[in-house]
Amino acid sequence: MTASVQPVVALENVSVQLGRGPKAVQALRGVQLSIAAGERVALIGANGSGKSTLLRLVHGLLAPTGGQLRGNPDLAQAMVFQRPYLMRTSVRNNVALALWLRGIPWRQAQQQALLALARVGLEALAQRPARKLSGGQQQRVALARAWALAPQVLVLDEPTASLDPHAKREVEALIHDLAHADAAMTLVFASHNLGQVKRLATRVLYLEQGQVLADLPVNDFFAGPLLQAQYPQAHWFVKGE
Amino acid sequence: MLGFTEGAATALQLIVSWDPVLLAIVARSLWVSACACAIACALGLGLGAWLAVARFAGQPLLLLLLNTCLAVPSVVVGLVVYLLLSRSGPLGFLGWLFSFKAMVLAQAVLVLPVVAALTRQVVEDAQALHGEQLQSLGAGTHLRALLLAWDERYALLTVGLAAFGRAISEVGAVMVVGGNIDGFTRVMTTAIALETSKGDLPLALALGLLLLLVVLLLNAAIALLRHWRLQEEWAAPRTAPGARA
Repeated sequence: MTASVQPVVALENVSVQLGRGPKAVQALRGVQLSIAAGERVALIGANGSGKSTLLRLVHGLLAPTGGQLRGNPDLAQAMVFQRPYLMRTSVRNNVALALWLRGIPWRQAQQQALLALARVGLEALAQRPARKLSGGQQQRVALARAWALAPQVLVLDEPTASLDPHAKREVEALIHDLAHADAAMTLVFASHNLGQVKRLATRVLYLEQGQVLADLPVNDFFAGPLLQAQYPQAHWFVKGE
Repeated sequence: MLGFTEGAATALQLIVSWDPVLLAIVARSLWVSACACAIACALGLGLGAWLAVARFAGQPLLLLLLNTCLAVPSVVVGLVVYLLLSRSGPLGFLGWLFSFKAMVLAQAVLVLPVVAALTRQVVEDAQALHGEQLQSLGAGTHLRALLLAWDERYALLTVGLAAFGRAISEVGAVMVVGGNIDGFTRVMTTAIALETSKGDLPLALALGLLLLLVVLLLNAAIALLRHWRLQEEWAAPRTAPGARA
């Protein structure tokens, strides 16, 4: 599917090769993709299919080795990783640091950090050492840190993969709230949890061996017959999951 | 020449009676090594952290040189510093040869590669695990190096202590550039070498025991730091009232 509105990011025949020489891995090949503002795009596929590489490409952490990547450099972006990196300091400082790195004075950054923590229900833990929080709480701090940056594009790399079921629900609900609070915010995320994909995404991309094999609106993707007829690999993946 | 038991007994007597000569040598040793480590850490921590994060042409060669410097014998470092500080050397105008400053400089040069190489290792591991996330937050190379080094501060304290251990236990460099002048540039290791050659074993043994004690205390400090760090890392998460799990 190609969005008709002006895309926040567009990939034209993009390929990414990781490493050099005989050990080089072709992580993405010939990816054609356009994501419009406000879309909530889920990437699914087996491990090593290229989901994380595609997310890093969208976020600007990687550059394509072939093809063209077009995006608006003025768009505010934030990314949340599967295991968030929180520094050995307080929860509040961790959020403030992200703001300070974007040029906000430290004092102001600390005030804004409190607001962001309140948004994820962690204001009571603001002074706690961040590394002493549970996995779910740490992921919520990471979401607060991302939200504090007021991103127009929020990239999430399996944000609930390493959490227990309760924390999974909490974090997913939070992502849902954040995405719905700002209809213009674009969400691009990778997940192995198909239920989560159904609940959060408006569009699903299925990747296999670095290629996007299926690109459908979420309802079409999970409506068995269409997927089975047009994208048999994606159908078998969904059945397997 | 006294036997080992008699020598040890006299050595212990020197220690418990706070022999002023002994104390002066110990204090000088500690001070020289502390100053050298402070200089080496000031330069080496930044250099090591930067080398862990930056990518540039010629970096492998630089790392090879750095790692080679780890194995340079202290007497060779002493010789190089001696040549630099000698009257005809490029730093001869400073007039530092056979002084406290010369010994500090020699030990700083000796432990700088230790600090830089160990820091690089620590920060490089952190960079591999977390560098991408800091980059995603907007931290460039220099800030990333600084932030990762700060976050690994407990591990880097161990690096500082290891460097101090290397500095205080070396003999070659301070002997060459300090000259082992009594009451002026005599430190524990040079005094041990001298007193042993003179046959004054009790003083040599007393210094040896104190040197061992210093190294023991350093190792205890490193072990305590490691234990404290592990406790900090693995402490059970606590939840404040009102906060969701």
